[in-house]
Amino acid sequence: MSEHQRVVVAQHDTARGTLASYVAGYIFAVYLTVTAYLAVYNHLFSNTVLTAVIVGLALVQFIVHMLFFLHLGRETKPRWKLAVALFMIMVVVVLVGGSLWIMSNLNSRMTPTQQNNYMNNQQGI
Amino acid sequence: MSSSAITQADDSKPILGFWIYIMTDCVLFASLFATYAVLFRNTAGGPSGYQLFNLKNVLAETLILLTSSFTCGLAMLAAHRDDRKQTLFWFAVTFALGIAFLAIELTEFRHFVVTGNSWRRSGFLSAFFTLVGTHGLHITIGLMWMVILMWQVLKRGLSRSIIKRLTFLSMFWHFLDIIWIFIFTIVYLRGAIAP
Repeated sequence: MSEHQRVVVAQHDTARGTLASYVAGYIFAVYLTVTAYLAVYNHLFSNTVLTAVIVGLALVQFIVHMLFFLHLGRETKPRWKLAVALFMIMVVVVLVGGSLWIMSNLNSRMTPTQQNNYMNNQQGI
Repeated sequence: MSSSAITQADDSKPILGFWIYIMTDCVLFASLFATYAVLFRNTAGGPSGYQLFNLKNVLAETLILLTSSFTCGLAMLAAHRDDRKQTLFWFAVTFALGIAFLAIELTEFRHFVVTGNSWRRSGFLSAFFTLVGTHGLHITIGLMWMVILMWQVLKRGLSRSIIKRLTFLSMFWHFLDIIWIFIFTIVYLRGAIAP
């Protein structure tokens, strides 16, 4: 019984942030935001590399926010929040990646005239 | 002590429930991001993001929203310390920053519309207004929610159920900041790289 209570207390306490975690998260996030901004503002790399760099910085900042502001790393087992978050990431990857894949494929296989004819014939648009 | 610890820990279930709601809202935004990514080159002869966006304003918006996320965290720390004055103060700061963010965003929207670049102009602008507008709508709802909770803190103090509601609001607010990071990167910074 006492063991059970101790576990419950631990779970409760670790779900919250501390001043140090909020300050650290804020400093990291400002640093990442300003870095991405300056990289684009000064056009530091070629277009493709620059796009990859800012998307990378956004993903790092996503992790920083999840850990320091939403306290995902402080969760004790069983890690349900983490499980739901990972499922969400999977759905997002399938949704966004799949849409871009299908649409770029369609784009490269059909000329605009073909697309218009197809829509006229098939869907009456 | 031990009984209060157990009843407080019971809040972990509703908090998980709210967390699941937030994750599904991420999926809503993901579909809007996918729509934007497919349509952003379709300007139909109208302006692209390269011509339209003012990066300095957007950086200001980003830093304002980020700071509001931080002050929201400070408000939650004060709430857990049972410090009503500090809680109200930091939520008031968060609210003011949220209003400032919304004001800059609506000024930008108004500027686009009066110069003939509303959502009716092109596929790009339809997708832009839908994505950024949905985020703005979430911010508006968050601000209204914040006013209601500040009123409740003022009238009823920091009871356990009110702290639970404040926790939901703070999770919602941090989540909106995360969505904004991706709008900042994918819509505005990506738009500023190349025409």
